[in-house]
Amino acid sequence: MDRTRVVILGAGIVGSACARELALAGCDVLVIDRGGPAAATTSHGEGNILLSDKGPGPELELAKLSRRLWPEVLTDLGGLAVQAEWQPKGGIVVATTRAGADGLRPFAASQRASGVVAEAMDADALRAAEPHVTREHTAAVHYPQDAQVQPAGAAAALLSGALAAGASLRSGREVLGGVVRGGRLTGVRTSHGTLEGDVFLNAAGPWSGELAARLGAPVDIRPRRGEVLVTTPLPPTVFHKVYDADYVGAVGSGAGDLQTSAVVEATLAGSVLLGSSRRRVGFDARTRPEVLSAIAAKALRLFPSLARVPVMRAYGGFRPYVPDHLPVIGPDPRLAGLWHASGHEGAGIGLSVGTARLVRALLDGREPEIDAGPFRVDRPAVLGEDVPAGSTAGEETT
Amino acid sequence: MSAGTGGTGRHVVGRHVVVVGAGPAGLAAADAALAAGARVTLVDSAEQPGGQYHRMLPDAYEAANPDVLQHGYNAFEQRSMRVIGHRRSTWLADTSVWAIERDDPSRAPLVHVLTGGLPRERRTLRPDALVLAPGAHDRVLPFPGWELPGVFTAGAAQALAKGERVAVGDRVVVAGTGPFLLPVAVSLLEAGSRVVEVLEAARAASATRGWLRKPWELAAQAGKTGELASYTAALARERVPYLPGRAVIEARGDGRVEEVVSARVRGDWSVVPGTERVTAADAVCVGHGFTPRLELAVASGCELRGSAPAEVFVEVDGEQRTSAPGVYAAGEVTGIAGAPAARAEGAVAGWFAAGGDPSARTLAPLRRARDQGRAFAERLAHAHPVGREWPGWLRGDTIVCRCEETDYAAVCAAAGDPVSSEARVARLGTRAGLGPCQGRMCGVTVAELRARLGAPDPDPAAPHRRPVAEPIRLAELAAPPAEREG
Ligand SMILES: Cc1cc2nc3c(=O)[nH]c(=O)nc-3n(C[C@H](O)[C@H](O)[C@H](O)COP(=O)(O)OP(=O)(O)OC[C@H]3O[C@@H](n4cnc5c(N)ncnc54)[C@H](O)[C@@H]3O)c2cc1C
Ligand SMILES: Cc1cc2nc3c(=O)[nH]c(=O)nc-3n(C[C@H](O)[C@H](O)[C@H](O)COP(=O)(O)OP(=O)(O)OC[C@H]3O[C@@H](n4cnc5c(N)ncnc54)[C@H](O)[C@@H]3O)c2cc1C
Repeated sequence: MDRTRVVILGAGIVGSACARELALAGCDVLVIDRGGPAAATTSHGEGNILLSDKGPGPELELAKLSRRLWPEVLTDLGGLAVQAEWQPKGGIVVATTRAGADGLRPFAASQRASGVVAEAMDADALRAAEPHVTREHTAAVHYPQDAQVQPAGAAAALLSGALAAGASLRSGREVLGGVVRGGRLTGVRTSHGTLEGDVFLNAAGPWSGELAARLGAPVDIRPRRGEVLVTTPLPPTVFHKVYDADYVGAVGSGAGDLQTSAVVEATLAGSVLLGSSRRRVGFDARTRPEVLSAIAAKALRLFPSLARVPVMRAYGGFRPYVPDHLPVIGPDPRLAGLWHASGHEGAGIGLSVGTARLVRALLDGREPEIDAGPFRVDRPAVLGEDVPAGSTAGEETT
Repeated sequence: MSAGTGGTGRHVVGRHVVVVGAGPAGLAAADAALAAGARVTLVDSAEQPGGQYHRMLPDAYEAANPDVLQHGYNAFEQRSMRVIGHRRSTWLADTSVWAIERDDPSRAPLVHVLTGGLPRERRTLRPDALVLAPGAHDRVLPFPGWELPGVFTAGAAQALAKGERVAVGDRVVVAGTGPFLLPVAVSLLEAGSRVVEVLEAARAASATRGWLRKPWELAAQAGKTGELASYTAALARERVPYLPGRAVIEARGDGRVEEVVSARVRGDWSVVPGTERVTAADAVCVGHGFTPRLELAVASGCELRGSAPAEVFVEVDGEQRTSAPGVYAAGEVTGIAGAPAARAEGAVAGWFAAGGDPSARTLAPLRRARDQGRAFAERLAHAHPVGREWPGWLRGDTIVCRCEETDYAAVCAAAGDPVSSEARVARLGTRAGLGPCQGRMCGVTVAELRARLGAPDPDPAAPHRRPVAEPIRLAELAAPPAEREG
């Protein structure tokens, strides 16, 4: 690639990962953001890097690629990687009902068939691995490949890597509109003047829809609210990432109402993070105590012994989602020069590095490591056309 | 001071006013709201009404001012009884507001409380108007060694001395700024400590310009004359030196405080080289003013005033109304001005929150007292400003966030790196403010340091954003709330 000038619109983890790949590929990369890097969705969620919650399909393939890339990328980042707080601690999915167990077993089998390590655990193994987990469990599966990062730190590490590879960053610049010449996007108008380029990558997270509309090529990417609880620091109590199996059944639900599924994990600092909710409420960030209550109830079902542990903080963000629950990665066939890397919903931290690799290959005109077809821009769900029932992919835990 | 005993507010009977905080401001608000005809729910996490003021006054105050105290105490006692015993009031002691929910942005928010003994019960209050009077907590600036055992916030030392008769040490240095240091020193004496010296960072000149030379002139109407005189007398009796223009810039010791280093400071609190002095002490009590408890106001959507992080308060109008519909604020959340001003503000807030008659004659003196209080607050801030150059005390390895042990070098590094300079990202990276106190201790300080380092947070509310306003146990949170009231 010969000094293609790429302007990345959005400095969340997805834009940061793409900036690094493209700078390493030799592009002339500029990253802009209306705020500061990693300050939006990326620092308002959790940092699970999961295979366990994905059934066979394109998203699992992207997750597998990403999981393989993470250690390589972090090694390559050297000292910068420390801030990512990488912990390949593995995950355990615990079913607490008969129906949960009946869903989990075949789900794990199908994952194994797709190359995921998913080991059934008996009660003794579960107790040994997680002494404080509920005794009322009906099935448990160990996913040793699941890992965790501190998401804002991981994004900062990736962006620092991009800058080290020659990319540049301009914070505090909002994209207001596009400059189109001869059917091609040749510039973006920002709050601080116009920026020219060959390629513009929309990595604006849940605002990608709005940004694409400003550029004249709307995509249907929407926000989905999620909240997380943080406990006071504890002595080691939770050793893996532990989730309940509820999500297995909740396939592609279009419901706007509250859904919660428990994700319980300890951070390096000793706090336990309890996630998370899913609500479709636009960009409404108001606290809803009953949502926090539902998260707490779910978490206690997994870890009843946490009953007296105080929650000291709650936070939340907006997952960027496409109605068919797959990310959007690649060029926009409607407007030359515009690309998208967005819509990763509750998995954008984990999927960021694989996404960046796909973008690099596609921009290079090479065959990517996995089939990027399912993520293409011109699919009905992205273009805002009705999605036929039953065509939706599964939802992730986080 | 009960507004509207004439009962002018009778037409609004049944209006439900929730008052958070039963300190001087909240208690006065409840009293006035009842007088105006409202139904009142008064909430405080403490067991007894009174707030900081009535918990904290040293005994010497009583000894030196039997009449004044008698008068003040009787007024307080009467007001407490009147409020708590009123048939339209509900007093919720041991009850903490843990969340505010703006379910309908056109009206006062829902107030989520935890009440009773452990495990506490969740309840939801639905006010027609909400009065926020949660007060302030004391502020301490970091200095090398301030994390050592034996370093206390002046407020904590005061609470131990007053509440539990526990002396924090045998040889104690009291340092910082503001008239509040005096009652703290007196309480320590009463608890049996030897107070080696009281160091006031403000220089004599600046303090004099403000109020020390003629405190009565400035403070007479605010009711402070007798108090200050009594503290000064108590200190003089025990021959405790009171040294203006000096600050504690380091605490040292092996595992706990053994000595403190103090130095002369200029008006901007930069250290005058060569004036350092080491004093043996086993405890040091420091206070550098107060930080208002703003989380409930922020959660309610109230606009704040002030831009420097340490000078941010709730914005209120002449009727103590905030920018959030149905939400009023009074007392130290609107400015630090002492108990009499807090009381006056509270009464105005309660009256209007209850829908009281705006032309009630009782309002005039209250407003006057409130305005005098505000003027006093202004002077106090002028007399005891926190000098801009205090960060000169810090070294790279000085702890800034005591919960997470984040040091100054880490704060500087994050602020200086364009990749992680945004406040939230820096917080996650340095962990400053993420510990058990949730930045109540260091949040404003970190914001101030970051602004100096060229990474100001454009949002003044950021250090105060705590949607979970009080820690809540998972079991308490998981249980559904008791039936909503009102
Ligand atoms: C509660 C919760 C839990 C989660 N847990 C996990 C998890 O465990 N694992 C996981 O992998 N993922 C998780 N996620 C999802 C993950 O956080 C997101 O998928 C990911 O952060 C998206 O990154 P992004 O870079 O696409 O978006 P963002 O981080 O939002 O970045 C987009 C950037 O674009 C900028 N921008 C927007 N509009 C403009 C404009 N007009 N001009 C200039 N700049 C603009 C924004 O300022 C922002 O910085 C979670 C999300 C939530 C909310
Ligand atoms: C040691 C000391 C000495 C002082 N000496 C003097 C003096 O001599 N003269 C003078 O004028 N002033 C003095 N003051 C200042 C005086 O105490 C304050 O000005 C006054 O108390 C402020 O009143 P307030 O009602 O705003 O807040 P506070 O008195 O602080 O009351 C606030 C109340 O709100 C409650 N609260 C806070 N958050 C919550 C929540 N989330 N849920 C439930 N309840 C909550 C608290 O428990 C507290 O009881 C002194 C202060 C101290 C600490």
